[in-house]
Amino acid sequence: MTAPESVAVLGVGMHEWGKWGRPFHEYGVDAALAALDDAGVAWGDVQFVAGGETVRNGYPGYVAAATITQALGWNGARVATCYAACASGVTALDAARARILAGLCDVALVVGADTTPKGFLAPVAGERWDDPDWLRFRLLGATNPTYFALYARRRMDLYGATDADFAKVKVKNARHGLHNPNARYRKEVTEDEVLASPMVADPLRLLEICATSDGAAAVVLTSMDFARKRAPSPVRIRAVSTVTPRFPNTVIEMPNFSTDSAAALAPPELTFRDSIAAAAYEEAGIGPDELSLAEVYDLSTALELDWYENIGLCKPGEAEKLLNDGDTTIGGRVPVNPSGGLACFGEAVPAQAIAQICEVTWQLRGQAAGRQVEGATAGLTVNQGLFGHGSAVLLTT
Amino acid sequence: MSTTAVPAVEGWFTTDAEPHLLGTRCTTCGTVFFPRASGFCRNPDCRGREFEDVELSRTGTVWSYTDAQYQPPPPYLPPSDGHEPFAIAAVELAAEQVVILGQVAKGYGVDDLSVGAAVELVVEPLYEVDGVEHLMYRWKPVQVTS
Repeated sequence: MTAPESVAVLGVGMHEWGKWGRPFHEYGVDAALAALDDAGVAWGDVQFVAGGETVRNGYPGYVAAATITQALGWNGARVATCYAACASGVTALDAARARILAGLCDVALVVGADTTPKGFLAPVAGERWDDPDWLRFRLLGATNPTYFALYARRRMDLYGATDADFAKVKVKNARHGLHNPNARYRKEVTEDEVLASPMVADPLRLLEICATSDGAAAVVLTSMDFARKRAPSPVRIRAVSTVTPRFPNTVIEMPNFSTDSAAALAPPELTFRDSIAAAAYEEAGIGPDELSLAEVYDLSTALELDWYENIGLCKPGEAEKLLNDGDTTIGGRVPVNPSGGLACFGEAVPAQAIAQICEVTWQLRGQAAGRQVEGATAGLTVNQGLFGHGSAVLLTT
Repeated sequence: MSTTAVPAVEGWFTTDAEPHLLGTRCTTCGTVFFPRASGFCRNPDCRGREFEDVELSRTGTVWSYTDAQYQPPPPYLPPSDGHEPFAIAAVELAAEQVVILGQVAKGYGVDDLSVGAAVELVVEPLYEVDGVEHLMYRWKPVQVTS
């Protein structure tokens, strides 16, 4: 398969992350208008709106793309709302990109917005004995941090990672996000402060687990022909990965009670998490050595270290060294989460994967004031949504 | 065991003195599923539609572990007023080549666990509703005497 044509990221926009409890679509409208203004495109010219679904806001959330389209004023655009948990934003982006590459439209808006309750993310109400996400809370008391902590403990056991290593991820990301106007938390933290915060799920402490936030992000995607009339060299999307696992998936994943059994069929060469970025690299014909930066899904400090290995920045077991050598700090070889990551944002589920794309776009344009990775030419976003949703996007200048 | 005790979930484990997890095995390719699968086999190379019930190994080794220092949100039902932290372990069963998540037996915490340590399956009360105890499987560290 030859590398697909590029599509252009002509505009990006966000609503600041925080906790205000306003209707989700209000944030979405703000982000969409910011992205349209950034692109210099009129709302009436948008032919397709793809939205990330939010599950905690009733019917308007289930049809998020239509809700936000209606709020912007019905313009006849076609809409699609996508749900893939944390990967929802990229599933929406994938739909928009495919429509552009198929020649079915020139201008698409991709938007995700959420308003979130305080505390642990929990299932929506009701008894659902056939829903593993409901059952894991009822029968195991297993929250999202439970799963993050299993991976963290595993790093300690396999690779000798320490509490201090994990804390340093938070310190780095807090410093990165200090001047990011869209970040919710803009405050330096010390390693001691991280280690003094209350234990939530051993070995992970409160300051090492991402919060849940309100927020919204949007991008205007267009065909290259459309973009070139407005911008001489727009940021380009070179690959989008929305892969699912291959059976048997032998790593326990949220919200499951078990892995697949590998007794009858050998596990695949790559783990699911390794396969997510690998598919993007293969599609673009660009390797991890060519990345200027990456935005990875740091649901926990330790998980950011897993991602270094999963996206090929280093070999398994070497992530702590990469971090401690400063390679992933701005100014280092390949800065990770220059935006500040989830550590500074907290998660707004349907918006988060789109926010990653906004950040990489600003970095590639040289517009990431206060956190700029100098000379950035290629960036990767990566995340994973529960129930087997991979998400990675490779962007270049 | 008290007569007013029922499994918190039907058909996932036995409640005898040496309890087992209950899964299913595809009669075509031999893949084991827990919780039980039926209807169709999830092995992409297999078109099997028939399953037999199997009891899984009742001992395994710890793949990883953690605990819950804060009370989980509903639908978790706290067993008592005031949250008592509990440990959770992901346990690897060698014969089935599967990792299964469970709470750790009452009285044991993360300090009693390590990756690779041996555990066995037990059944303990998880919560009580209207005077009826609801039981769940748990992993209990096996005391290794050296």
